[in-house]
Amino acid sequence: MVTTREKSGVAGRPVGAVVKGRLQQLLAFASLIVIFAFFSVASPFFFTYGNFTAILFSTVVIGTLAIGTTFVIITGGIDLSIGTGMALCAVMSGVFIVNLDLPLAVGLVATVLFGGLMGLVNGINIALLKIPPFIATLAMMLVAEGLALVVSGSAPIYFSEEPAYTKISTGNLIPGVDFPNAVIVLIVVAVIAGVLLTKTVLGRYTYSIGSNEEATALSGIDVRKWKIAVYAFAGLFIGLAGIMISARLGSAQPATGMGYELQAIAAVVIGGTSLSGGKGSIVGTLIGALIISTLNNGLQIMSIPQEWQNVILGCVILVAVYTDILRKKEA
Amino acid sequence: MSEQGLLEARDLVKHYGSVEALRGVSFEARAGEVTALIGDNGAGKSTLVKCLSGAEQPDSGSILLDGRPVTLESPTAARGLGIETVYQDLAVAPELDPAANLFLGREIHRKGLLGKLGMLDKAEMRRRAVAEFARLGVTLQNTDVPIGSLSGGQRQSVAVARSVVWASKVVFMDEPTAALGVVQRERVLDVIRRVRDEGIAVVLISHNMPEVLSVADRVEVLRLGERVASFTTTDTTLEDLVGAMTGALTKEDAS
Repeated sequence: MVTTREKSGVAGRPVGAVVKGRLQQLLAFASLIVIFAFFSVASPFFFTYGNFTAILFSTVVIGTLAIGTTFVIITGGIDLSIGTGMALCAVMSGVFIVNLDLPLAVGLVATVLFGGLMGLVNGINIALLKIPPFIATLAMMLVAEGLALVVSGSAPIYFSEEPAYTKISTGNLIPGVDFPNAVIVLIVVAVIAGVLLTKTVLGRYTYSIGSNEEATALSGIDVRKWKIAVYAFAGLFIGLAGIMISARLGSAQPATGMGYELQAIAAVVIGGTSLSGGKGSIVGTLIGALIISTLNNGLQIMSIPQEWQNVILGCVILVAVYTDILRKKEA
Repeated sequence: MSEQGLLEARDLVKHYGSVEALRGVSFEARAGEVTALIGDNGAGKSTLVKCLSGAEQPDSGSILLDGRPVTLESPTAARGLGIETVYQDLAVAPELDPAANLFLGREIHRKGLLGKLGMLDKAEMRRRAVAEFARLGVTLQNTDVPIGSLSGGQRQSVAVARSVVWASKVVFMDEPTAALGVVQRERVLDVIRRVRDEGIAVVLISHNMPEVLSVADRVEVLRLGERVASFTTTDTTLEDLVGAMTGALTKEDAS
């Protein structure tokens, strides 16, 4: 007889376990509230609608990269190539849409697929050639950085002739309301990614590979195939991020990608995704990305120099990873 | 109980480099019986089970299922024939809940287009999981938490259930009760008996001789890569088993 006791008498274990599973997410959300409250008190310019949309707007690129990377990190992997990969995708977007003058929609799809192709190569290197993810994507990071410069001739590609392109980021879908399209794009892809992660086979195997790769393989699941799929899927988000950043700037800047990968990975970890795999959520990642962009925004408003912003962000990452370790000790 | 073996191994040989792990071993498991496979460390038990569950391929010899020769080139191929294995220690994904573990690699998809796109029918899987756990007598406090937060016995029960639910012919269990407490051990043994009563051939690897004598119908003893004895447990003592394992006694035809 199965007894499913929701409120167990044994020290309330199920309830406790559920809370424990969500602890990192709750902590992250609480931190976000605290950070918000702090800046609201500290600066009169923080708590305004204009600034909220600015924060959301600046979350888009990191958020997009972080969503894809969430899948990779849940499998127990890592992707360091997302930052420079994004710059390469931005350049490719310029090549497709400006240089080759492809129709906008075709150029966008081609750019996203190009990101997927980079992810596919990462996945093949990791799953088939058994190169550790850290090394495989570090190499891809360099390859992408170099290719972005080579393809663009080290010069930015401007989308001046394509006003519709910048609208993807800065336009307002809802007329008369100041709510940038970029944020809507982020929300839409976050919902799609959330559904894929929690309700489909792709998500299920993403978790099970990160949780116990050997058991997953012994269950008859082709781990190599699914790892490649996860990296290729995450690559689509690199392509999308390339579009979002170049649409925001109105140009593809070949040298701007470096550093984004660490911010995106930080967002994923702050959001409660375990670097050792098996655990994580899209909601958590979004909260993590919001924490990073809110910190950047608030510290800027308070006129704290960029150097100190980096120091503070570094400390936040240390705290987030340390709580992850503490949680694992308890378990 | 059928007299003919459901799964039979004949003269299996397996080398690892210069080491001869199996030296022409024969073995049989019968439907509706628990067959214990015992032997000292290095006797070849694990290698034999790996060969019979598709994880390894023997260098020579033949494997018969229902009297027909079969080739088991992978665990998936073996599973396709109704042969399941409970692996020691690495059976489950601790971050997934019991239902997800039960259906790992065999997920039920939703009907229609969404299902084709990979959408899972979680409610149906949960419903069936609860029913299967009930049938096998696996009691869980909560089916919604990661399996890693359950007790060792519950986790192992789920691991055992996971294999037997899908086994239509043979289940191999490698030390399924190792590292379990007395009550938890009884629970897992109960599951084993229920599975046997459904007409499935259970092969149990164990170092625990009292446990072997209490749950097994027959015992096959390996020593240095060969079968050195077979017993029926009804007329066998602990001393017989130990004697056969250490080589003091040889009794090939007790059954």
